[in-house]
Amino acid sequence: MKKTIIALLCLAVSLPIYATDTVTVYSARKEHLIKPLFDAYTEKTGVQIRYITDKAGPLLARLKAEGTNTPADILMTVDAGNLWQAAESGVLSQVESEVLNKNVPAHLRDPDNQWFGLSIRARTIVYSTDRVNPEELTTYEDLADPKWKGRLCLRTSKKVYNQSLVAMMITRHGEEKTRQIIEGWVANLATQPFSNDTKTMQAIAAGQCDAGIVNTYYFGRLQQKDPDVKLALFWPNQDSTGVHVNISGAGITKNAKNRDAAIKLLEWLSSEEAQQKFAALNMEYPVNPAVAPDAVVSAWGNFKGDDLNVAQAGKLQTQAIKLMDRAGYR
Amino acid sequence: MHDITPNASALRSGKRTGLFTGQLNKWHYASGAMALLVAVPLLVVFSGWLQPSTDIWSHLAETLLSQLFINTIKLVIGVGLGVMLLGVSLAWLTARCDFPGRRLFDWMLMLPLAIPAYVMAFVAIGLLDFSGPVQTALRDWLGAGNFWFPRIRSTGGVIFVMVLVLYPYVYMLARTAFLTQGRSTLEAAQTLGYGPLGVFWHVALPMARPAIVAGTSLALMETLADFGTVATFNYDTFTTAIYKAWFGFFSLQAASQLASLLLLFVFLSLMTERLTRKRSDYHDTMRSGQTPRFRFQGWRGWSITALLGLFFSLAFLLPFIQLCLWAFEAVSKELDARYLGLLYHTLVLGLLAALVTTAGALVIGFARRYQPDRLTSITATTATLGYALPGSVLAVGIMIVVTQVDSLIHTLLASLGNPATGQILSGSVFALVLAYVIRFMAVAHGPVETGLSRIKHSLPEAARTLGATPPHVLTKIYLPLLRPGLFTAMLLVMVDTMKEMPATLLMRPFGWDTLAVRIYEMTSEGEWERAALPAITLVLVGLLPVILLVRKTLQDR
Repeated sequence: MKKTIIALLCLAVSLPIYATDTVTVYSARKEHLIKPLFDAYTEKTGVQIRYITDKAGPLLARLKAEGTNTPADILMTVDAGNLWQAAESGVLSQVESEVLNKNVPAHLRDPDNQWFGLSIRARTIVYSTDRVNPEELTTYEDLADPKWKGRLCLRTSKKVYNQSLVAMMITRHGEEKTRQIIEGWVANLATQPFSNDTKTMQAIAAGQCDAGIVNTYYFGRLQQKDPDVKLALFWPNQDSTGVHVNISGAGITKNAKNRDAAIKLLEWLSSEEAQQKFAALNMEYPVNPAVAPDAVVSAWGNFKGDDLNVAQAGKLQTQAIKLMDRAGYR
Repeated sequence: MHDITPNASALRSGKRTGLFTGQLNKWHYASGAMALLVAVPLLVVFSGWLQPSTDIWSHLAETLLSQLFINTIKLVIGVGLGVMLLGVSLAWLTARCDFPGRRLFDWMLMLPLAIPAYVMAFVAIGLLDFSGPVQTALRDWLGAGNFWFPRIRSTGGVIFVMVLVLYPYVYMLARTAFLTQGRSTLEAAQTLGYGPLGVFWHVALPMARPAIVAGTSLALMETLADFGTVATFNYDTFTTAIYKAWFGFFSLQAASQLASLLLLFVFLSLMTERLTRKRSDYHDTMRSGQTPRFRFQGWRGWSITALLGLFFSLAFLLPFIQLCLWAFEAVSKELDARYLGLLYHTLVLGLLAALVTTAGALVIGFARRYQPDRLTSITATTATLGYALPGSVLAVGIMIVVTQVDSLIHTLLASLGNPATGQILSGSVFALVLAYVIRFMAVAHGPVETGLSRIKHSLPEAARTLGATPPHVLTKIYLPLLRPGLFTAMLLVMVDTMKEMPATLLMRPFGWDTLAVRIYEMTSEGEWERAALPAITLVLVGLLPVILLVRKTLQDR
């Protein structure tokens, strides 16, 4: 027994202590969307980056459990709600960086600068070009109109993208009116909600319904696979609030061991050099206003995006879920 | 010679009156240690009750909870009946009957085990939903609205998919039980005038009860803990509430509270089953040669073959072909040198977990055998509870424990003047394998215990009186007799480990990606086609141990 303990101690002591030029990332953004950028950064600067990927919830739980011992310098997630929650539970830290403040518009980062958006994801309306005249379409809210009865397909309310969308609607319209809209959506559903955006679009293409709400990059992927797919995107709410946007983003952890190196990495990710690729890898939109979206993405046209701070999605997420549960949106 | 009725050991177990008999001994400590290993992370989960989350509870009670209960009960009943019916009848056919192609079906029917349930779910929906190729073809042919097609995204659909992937648990355990049933018992029944059905119903089935129960409980525990499959169907069960509380309401506490209720339910069910079983014993080790099979010849034989062929196509061939087609589309984009690493990590973790977990299950099995009192029963059941929790919840529970131990070690080392890193256990293979052991103890326990229960006490006792030392008894008597059970246990744990996602994701060391991790990366973004390649590879790797097992049990016969 004694020997084992000694052996263990020796092992512990001999473990490599990572030098300051290794940045550790906990990422809920998928590996194939971040690795190419990390590789490029390592090549450029010599800074090593190691990472694990998982869902935001478990990663956050891990950060909390590890406390001061955490190896993580950066927490990267998708959806502002998750970042808001990370800041709320105290695992992130404020960062004062002129570069980040300049590259990331104010409504796409935390008001306290605990996290920063790195790409924009637009959640918009997709419709069948066979059965819908785009003039029929106006706003998200209008999809609650009885004229869409039996023509609407939606993804499950359990997906955070829909929770954020509804949270933003609560901010604009208040709880009562938002609930009426959601109830209208539910009444118009052609079939029960799908587990993902791709399935939603396939159902529209197959004729099960005529219109739905999806993130644009899923549409991009479908279009890539099937260029003739009879679907198109519509930018709603152009005369009012604008298209609902969310972000993927990152923050520096409170107990980061390599804080400076980590901040440099974030700054680089927001730079013109990295932004184009960061967004293009997933057919998203860059946060940096100086960078134009990828050609494929630009082809879908320009739109006015919602300029409400995305942190609002996190603040009202619980309320939004409760509202959707009560409205019978599964 | 054969005793399905109480025998010497059953008499001995008549002592089971108090919590435990006499003093604590090594078996109490051994099973207690295994229970503790599992209990600590479970306690972390239960500690969720320390913080009230009345708000979330009242919301769930108001809106969803009753529906979730109804859905969960439907699922449990449907899957339970389905896996029992399928598993037992298939096992009976391949183990005790003969028909054309039996030798092939014998092992082919295990193959669906290698398909992760979530993969089966997305294949089934991809094929059979409105926008899938089947319904599209029907529409092109008959015209839209001119035909009826069952809704795949429904209660029936979820049950269908779960039964297809979970029946192998029952099949494999029942098959081993039927194979090892002694010749003379069955022959005696036959001479008493029972036909194939009579022998099955009156003798073989009651004797196989522990195995069937063990297999069915595994399937049901997995059903209760499942999230991936029901999420793909957007079918709301109790686990949906757990994840909603956690990811939606950001309350790990409320999620833990819900999860601990699930756990309590499983614990009580398992204990109840134990209590109803304790009066009867199932020893039967007289293996006097080959038991003759019931032969089905001519059209009867072939119709069984056809039926099994149809079933096998549905449960394995069709999904496998669909995966291959998808994988083919994505292979150029997806396949690279990293796959070697993924494969290596998957195999190493699977093998390690299989060995350690089966060894642990053996310890618990012996404790139950030599110390059959209530204390052992409680500790042993506790040690198997890790399987009943939703994976992510358990993974976080283990994570929290491991990081606490780490920070203790860290403080200790720091006080010795050594500012070492704070992650000695967490994020090492050690912690990950520990997590698998905790999660899959039940999986190994089932086959090991049913194996042990078939060995008469008198056999090792005779060996002891003849002067054999305990290690001798273990290696010369128990291990050979237990071989089929041990192999089944290792196979099941290995395959389950390779498919496991939540703990692997959360606790793998940096760079230790596995095939399951790769599947997660793709499916969570809805890229089924790209997920198909790692899924196929996983299925193929899962086949290796299945084939090994089959060859082993063929030799044993």
